[in-house]
Amino acid sequence: MRQSNAYIIIFTAVMTVIVGGLLSLASQGLAPAQKKSIELDTKTQILSSVTDREKLSAMKPNEILEMYDEHIKSTVVDYSGNEVTKDEKGADIQAENVDVLKNYKKKPEDRLYPVFKYRKDPSSKEVYAYILPIYGSGLWDKIWGFAAIENDLNTIAGVSFDHKGETPGLGARIATPQIQQRYVGKKIFNEQGNLVSVSMLKGEGHTNISDHEVDGMSGATLTGKGVNAMLKNYLSCYKAYFEKLNSGEVANL
Amino acid sequence: MSTETLEQKKDAVEVKPAEALFSKRRKRLVSDPLSEDNPITVQVLGICSALAVTVKIQPTLIMAIAVTFVIAASNLIISLIRNLVPNRIRIIVQLAVIATLVTLVSEVLKAYSYDMYKVLGAFVGLIITNCIVMGRLEAFAMANKPYDSVLDGLGSGFGYAWVILAVAFFRELFGSGSILDFKIFEAIGWSNFPTNGLMVDSIGAFMVLGILIWVQRSKTGYVEH
Repeated sequence: MRQSNAYIIIFTAVMTVIVGGLLSLASQGLAPAQKKSIELDTKTQILSSVTDREKLSAMKPNEILEMYDEHIKSTVVDYSGNEVTKDEKGADIQAENVDVLKNYKKKPEDRLYPVFKYRKDPSSKEVYAYILPIYGSGLWDKIWGFAAIENDLNTIAGVSFDHKGETPGLGARIATPQIQQRYVGKKIFNEQGNLVSVSMLKGEGHTNISDHEVDGMSGATLTGKGVNAMLKNYLSCYKAYFEKLNSGEVANL
Repeated sequence: MSTETLEQKKDAVEVKPAEALFSKRRKRLVSDPLSEDNPITVQVLGICSALAVTVKIQPTLIMAIAVTFVIAASNLIISLIRNLVPNRIRIIVQLAVIATLVTLVSEVLKAYSYDMYKVLGAFVGLIITNCIVMGRLEAFAMANKPYDSVLDGLGSGFGYAWVILAVAFFRELFGSGSILDFKIFEAIGWSNFPTNGLMVDSIGAFMVLGILIWVQRSKTGYVEH
């Protein structure tokens, strides 16, 4: 009986129903917790571009979310620098919910650009840094992160990078504070007022590094090139927004 | 009439003393895979994940727990349904059970330990193809009782766990100069300890694993035929 075709078909059908039901139950049941984890992860990454990482990693999840709510105000802008509050269907857009990867696949003109405004003192009206999500390709796979630009819209207050599959010990170093620290205080505009971004040099151990360059990573030149392209691409996409901020056409807070 | 036959049957059944919960045979089920029949060093199974996740101890520990859980639980499930599974599709059934458990582990990790989920990512999913799991189902759980199968699964899981943890210990120590992210060499005042980039690469894992297999086999006297 156990070898008959009918038995096999019934057995498989029952198994499929049980397995499928179990998995969809688990997926439904765990969805809220997963959403919370992802939200916490994103917010931690946003904050880590302007805050001390060790302090951040010592904080409890709730404290991080609280700190985020106190210090960060977010908005979404389009390619020409205008604020966007509704999508095509008329639904409200939340900067935290904008999927940077999905937007990365669109043409630059069609993308939504989230901006996270960080205030050092929650009660003040002054923005300390504009935190911008960035996205690009490394050597093996996607790389992404956040670049925080100070309120002079020129100086880098900090960056945080992450990656999917860069070589451990080589390109994967972009995710370490050691590399990211190199970007602090660098300038993205040159004296003529052109956006030149900040590029990572080839090779490591350079001295006399200019305001638009950072020391490279030995053995990871291609990852460095990916980071350079990512920074330059995204900063130039936010250029119109910077100009409008400077001229006062859009409110800075 | 009917009661008579029942009584007769009762007499006929020989009362066997129940096997102790941790009898010698059952202890061997757990202890054999730790050394003499180790899945990694002797059977050379599950090498792929042993190379991939052992850069640092913490993710390795999570991986070890995940694999042990999957082996023990799938052994239990397969052993419970072993008399119902049609022989011709038994491999598919085993795979379905493993895949379900692995997906559950992966979803739970994503919900409650997102950092580890990011680090381990695809490798948790690849437990499905870990030959140790399927090997135990086919070789043991299909022919043994549930409790024994769980013990066998735990044994294989622990055997896998200690080997990858040992590899991870040496890789993190020499590759990153730390143990569980604690900078051990800085703590003892050797701040410029030269970390070895090779150890962070998979090649380092091959070397550590090779030495480990050598030491372990020369101890147990196992020789490939």
